Amino acid sequence: MANLDSTTTASAGTAVTAEERRQRVKKSLGARHRKERLFHGLGITAVVLALGFVAILFYDVLQRGLPAFQQAQVTVDVYFDPEVIDLGERPVQSPGQSPADYSAQLNGWLRAAALLNWNRLLETSIRTIVPEFEGDARDIAAIIDSSQRFVIRDAFTSDPSLLGQTREFSLLASADADNWLKGTIDRSLPDARQQLSADARALADDLLERGEIRFAFASHLFTNVDSRSAPASAGLAGAFMGSLYMMLIVIVLAVPIGVASAVYLEEFAPKNRLTDVIEITINNLAAVPSIVFGLLGAAVFINYFRLPLSAPLVGGLVLTLMTLPTIIIATRSSLRAVAPSLRQAALGLGASRTQMVFHHVLPITYPGILTAAIIGVAQALGETAPLLLIGMNAFVANIPSSPMDQASALPVQIYLWQGNENRNFFEARTSAAIIVLLGLMLSLNAIAIFLRSRLEKRK
Amino acid sequence: MASGMNFPHAELTPNAEQATDHGAAELAQRSVRVRASDVSVFYGAKQALFDVSVDIPDRAVTAFIGPSGCGKSTFLRCINRMNDTIEGARVGGKIELDGEDIYDPSLDVVELRARVGMVFQKPNPFPKSIFENVAYGPRIHGLIRTKAEAEEVVVSSLRKAGLFNEVKDRLHEPGTGLSGGQQQRLCIARAIAVGPEVILMDEPCSALDPIATAIIEELIDELRENYTIIIVTHSMQQAARVSQKTAFFHLGNLVEEGPTDKIFTNPEDKRTQDYITGRFG
Ligand SMILES: Nc1ncnc2c1ncn2[C@@H]1O[C@H](COP(=O)(O)OP(=O)(O)OP(=O)(O)O)[C@@H](O)[C@H]1O
Ligand SMILES: [Mg+2]
Repeated sequence: MANLDSTTTASAGTAVTAEERRQRVKKSLGARHRKERLFHGLGITAVVLALGFVAILFYDVLQRGLPAFQQAQVTVDVYFDPEVIDLGERPVQSPGQSPADYSAQLNGWLRAAALLNWNRLLETSIRTIVPEFEGDARDIAAIIDSSQRFVIRDAFTSDPSLLGQTREFSLLASADADNWLKGTIDRSLPDARQQLSADARALADDLLERGEIRFAFASHLFTNVDSRSAPASAGLAGAFMGSLYMMLIVIVLAVPIGVASAVYLEEFAPKNRLTDVIEITINNLAAVPSIVFGLLGAAVFINYFRLPLSAPLVGGLVLTLMTLPTIIIATRSSLRAVAPSLRQAALGLGASRTQMVFHHVLPITYPGILTAAIIGVAQALGETAPLLLIGMNAFVANIPSSPMDQASALPVQIYLWQGNENRNFFEARTSAAIIVLLGLMLSLNAIAIFLRSRLEKRK
Repeated sequence: MASGMNFPHAELTPNAEQATDHGAAELAQRSVRVRASDVSVFYGAKQALFDVSVDIPDRAVTAFIGPSGCGKSTFLRCINRMNDTIEGARVGGKIELDGEDIYDPSLDVVELRARVGMVFQKPNPFPKSIFENVAYGPRIHGLIRTKAEAEEVVVSSLRKAGLFNEVKDRLHEPGTGLSGGQQQRLCIARAIAVGPEVILMDEPCSALDPIATAIIEELIDELRENYTIIIVTHSMQQAARVSQKTAFFHLGNLVEEGPTDKIFTNPEDKRTQDYITGRFG
């Protein structure tokens, strides 16, 4: 009562008139508005800076990587010269022959085919296109990727009737020729510092002018595996499959285990010393550098359980361990955000704890859990360091057919290409791989956003 | 009747007197449904309730009144063991429902809560359809099997809660889309759909306007025919209007309990008198 009176009647010494009070409020208002504007400005600056960095990153990666999706390809008519292909008939299984005998015979034939000089056929084709070319066979071989003779060979072995016939092939130019034609190597450098001889360079230019070399979409970037000897044909298929297997393993293991642990810890576990320790441990695990998980994986899965080196199975298990804390923490926090009144409503009706969790709490946390899972999986997809320690940086020339096969992974492939000696060629390749990886991540996130908005709408 | 009392609310006097006419007589015929003996509750080391003993009559409305923080909600939550869900809460003493100790370890809380329903202060419908809100309880308790049975229970519960006519065209729309008063009646419908014997209501009207409050009070009066109702309220008028028995709590103690008309017209304890006359400080 006394307080109220003092402000209105100004009886006490500290009294302020209404006018003075308004003045004070006004003065403080100015300062408050200034602060508000300041934070507003700071916020916008931060957002612009962040967006700017993202834009620079994307611009840089795209600008470097996009040329790699176009690669020089030579169109040639290959004449399957019987003089060069000095080979008997492809064996056919005769009625009385055992399968083992037949396959031995066939392998002998294939081996003989492999020994033939298929480059001769290519040389002849090129010389037919450019009759005035003076250079030697090595110059011709240098502008065509070394893997391409196998393309010719495989075409023949699968269809021996090509003998004596001519067929058109679109072959990859070599990495050196690609560099030269794209200008990724300085054209004014002296001969000694060029990767191709003067004759080979002239030939490449000549073929480009005649339209026999064209730049076409490099689909083999997606269908081929990595290659050391034939860099132009190196692709991402092996690494992509490796990453895919690992992602599947992470989704199958980390998501259910993580969500189940989070639900148990949050909803069912008694709160005591033990669960406190578990909680602290999980939080600490989330902060452990990923390379430590690699060491753990090497020690446990490879040394102790004797799982194969470089296998996506091991990689997937390591990434599962790494992702679990993220998923558990994010799921727990979304469970904790559920209003207590919803739990009370269910329990008050006589729902059991399990019914409360599964009928009411989990359904409204699905969007949060989904986001947690996708963030975890995306993080795992981009992880490199732990994979290096379990041998996934080995050079693998096959597409893994199961998670037990040797494989690489997309981020590891980027790391490997980044370190390749043929810098001029692999710089673009590396950025192309980054584009593929980023594309994959963005589509994962897009799926997450789509699913989340669907789930939220259903509520 | 002590007539020197100064009621702050004009309408309280006639209501309380109205209750006098039949309240005490009616109460005397009722058997005891819930009996609490020496109930104490601790939250961690802090004791919130001290040796509360009270009998709750069958098929009547019992009101708990008292200043904020005196332990009304705490005591109410003991009766369907919702205190079990609060971290660090411990209950001592004995509470019997029909002579059966509800803190007996062999008793299943899920079954207890099917028998003792609860309506909360803030309406808390599930973020599901109106139909699902009501059908959920009977479904989890295995009381309904077919769609037709579900429909029957939903319709009759909504009718009893006086909500059916307002929502009959939108049974499959979300319950969260109703007004506050409608939501609270939905929560009452949800509670009675399970067929409880006792319904606990913790300040069920505190979030509602006077008209919605009147509707719910009317509803409570009707429900009294078939259910034992315990209601916590801050409104003296409400306690006087709807209840037959009143218990007054103060600082964790049950100060006084008895027929509502007696508590409001002739309380024995000075604290009760001060509280109901609004002179509490
Ligand atoms: N979950 C809790 N943890 C700790 N103390 C609690 C908890 N719930 C209630 N208390 C304490 O117990 C005492 C009684 O609380 P209670 O909620 O029963 O009061 P109330 O009579 O319902 O009050 P109100 O009328 O304001 O709802 C209070 O001192 C309160 O601080
Ligand atoms: Mg309360």
